Amino acid sequence: MSGFDEAWSYLPAYLGAHVLLSMSALLLGIAISLPLAVLAARLRWLGGALLGFAGVVQTIPSLALLALFYPLLLALSHFTTETFGFGFRALGFLPALLALTLYSMLPVLRNTVTALAGMDPAVKMAARGVGMTPWQSLTLVELPLAAPVIMAGVRTSAVWVIGTATLATPVGQTSLGNYIFTGLQIENWAFVTFGVVAAAALALVVDRLLALAESGLVLRARGRIFAAAAGLVLVVGASLYPMLGNAGHRVVIGTKNFDEQYILGKVIADRLASAGVASTQRDDLGSSVIFRALAAGDVDVYVDYSGTIWTNAMKRTDNPGRKAVLDSIAQWTARTHGIRDLGPLGFENAYALAMRRDRAAALHIHDLADLANHAGELRIGGDFEIFSRPEWRAVERAYGLKFAARRQYQPNLMYSALVSGDVDVITAFSSDGRIARYGLTLLADPRGALPPYDAILLVSPAHARDAAFLSALKPLIGAIDLKTMQQANLMVDRAEDKQTPQQAAHWLEGRIAR
Amino acid sequence: MLIGESGSGKTTTLNMLNRLIEPTAGRIAVDGEDVLALDAVTLRRRMGYVFQGAGLFPHMTVKENIAVTPKLLGWPREAMAARADELLELVRLAPQDYRDRFPRELSGGQQQRVAVARALAARPRIMLLDEPFGALDPLIRDDLAEDYRQIHNTLGLTTIFVTHDMTEAMLLGDRIAVMKDGALAQVGTPNELLAHPADDFVRALIETPKRRARRLAQVLAVGP
Repeated sequence: MSGFDEAWSYLPAYLGAHVLLSMSALLLGIAISLPLAVLAARLRWLGGALLGFAGVVQTIPSLALLALFYPLLLALSHFTTETFGFGFRALGFLPALLALTLYSMLPVLRNTVTALAGMDPAVKMAARGVGMTPWQSLTLVELPLAAPVIMAGVRTSAVWVIGTATLATPVGQTSLGNYIFTGLQIENWAFVTFGVVAAAALALVVDRLLALAESGLVLRARGRIFAAAAGLVLVVGASLYPMLGNAGHRVVIGTKNFDEQYILGKVIADRLASAGVASTQRDDLGSSVIFRALAAGDVDVYVDYSGTIWTNAMKRTDNPGRKAVLDSIAQWTARTHGIRDLGPLGFENAYALAMRRDRAAALHIHDLADLANHAGELRIGGDFEIFSRPEWRAVERAYGLKFAARRQYQPNLMYSALVSGDVDVITAFSSDGRIARYGLTLLADPRGALPPYDAILLVSPAHARDAAFLSALKPLIGAIDLKTMQQANLMVDRAEDKQTPQQAAHWLEGRIAR
Repeated sequence: MLIGESGSGKTTTLNMLNRLIEPTAGRIAVDGEDVLALDAVTLRRRMGYVFQGAGLFPHMTVKENIAVTPKLLGWPREAMAARADELLELVRLAPQDYRDRFPRELSGGQQQRVAVARALAARPRIMLLDEPFGALDPLIRDDLAEDYRQIHNTLGLTTIFVTHDMTEAMLLGDRIAVMKDGALAQVGTPNELLAHPADDFVRALIETPKRRARRLAQVLAVGP
């Protein structure tokens, strides 16, 4: 199966989720904006305040707006659980829906307020004169006359929302953005292009249909309005149809935003499927988001790394050794969150500083202590997380590292940046196949500032005692060594004979079975 | 007829009759009933109103415009359609040609005819007309005014007609109320006004039609 075929096979799920999310956000946005705008057209101060607020929302980067709703909803869910005894899923559909709803409001608000406030006073006077109540004047005269302008606002909103919905992927909501985020990580440009084209095509089709409705309203041509409505129903129906059969509870597999995680996510999905458990995948989640999501039950299973839990969740700064770290994590996760730690998969994916071999040799750098002597002239590249993580502060402290410049990349592009000389050092992942491929030098950590990073399989409290679930995953424990994982990762990362995560997962499953 | 200079309070007075503007003091009685004691919306549906510049709803067809008040009153659909056609005949617009047009497809005079039909739709006995023909060409204007006077007579209406043209007032009105600075200067038949103008203002106002009549008589006496 080629990359394109695989991308095509995800389309029903991604498009359906994308359409459902965009449509819900748009309808909710209109349902909120329209009455507010009607009110605002009568109360001038409210109009100013509303348009001001909606304008400010627009200036917040959309990705940040989406990201902010997760902690907000999580806190709210904790509160309702403690106060009323029920919680809700803070990850996925809900935060994406709320953020997009806020985002969709400005054009509808602005156009409705403008159209109503700018209405010819003679027409409003005539409406009263023929004996209409204020409500009748609004519904029979003012709103119908404002309809084309309001529709133009809805059109703008629809295009915005469909485009912005691609950013819902990192908050755990499947969308056409899954192609883009995953594709960017594994440098699979077929995926990225597929996602971009699909989102653009959807936006274009919806925009054309709404334009038809708008012209129908202007010309008072019923046929056009019906045709547009029928077209929209067709688009939505066709997109949502494949989802109908999939209703019901599904296990959620979480992944972080790099190749190894995608591959392992597929391996877990296949193991669960063979035990008759249906699953969906939430891709591209951040390290702290994914752990909290697991504890809250928004994610049911994922692969984390011991050092990440040790330093970020447990806030430990010591390094008692591989075995001791693994044991404490298993106890701590069970005790504090009810999370089941199934154990290590058998390989380590550590944060390790890497340099090009020629550069390291020229500067006589073998370990982090050597690096400290030259750091002042060197530029370091890292992923989006590392520089704000406690491990990094520990390394800086232990070796007194201070770099000339610091840059952040998608984990994947980091390696290209190192090879092309844009940066001199990167915070590599030790299981990454590109370390061997590019012949990179990994710098030793003689002072043990970095903890071990054994890959471990974590299961949510809801499935912690689910025997069928656990036994489906148990064969993965201790089954993957570092070389095998590096090879699988490289299959996805390399430029030539590039494989998709699903293909690499199949290969890996073959190795595990042996 | 309500006549006076602009700003004298003609339109305000008219609008207080159906409570488009609420009076701040005093009492307005229609058929002996204080309008403030009535529901404003019900009151308006009982009176026909023709606005300066027609005031038709641009998103409704001629038929829908005419039937708007009957619709608010909950008339059956067939009755509304029949009434619209009947009124189009009355204002001398062929129903089959005009009923499905939109206001923007009509001339100013035709729009004003539709506005009169709309005001008459719910069979009011009282009609309020606010300089209805003011913006039209003189020829069309006379035509419309004559037609309206005929309708008024046929249907036995009570019409309050605002104008700033004394000639129009004299030709159309049974009784003329002259307003100045928000107060009534004089109320009377055209003849009473001509015979006994209450003050210099009324005298000056009736001077125009009188002078016009004299000039017209001279022109007609000389002949072609």
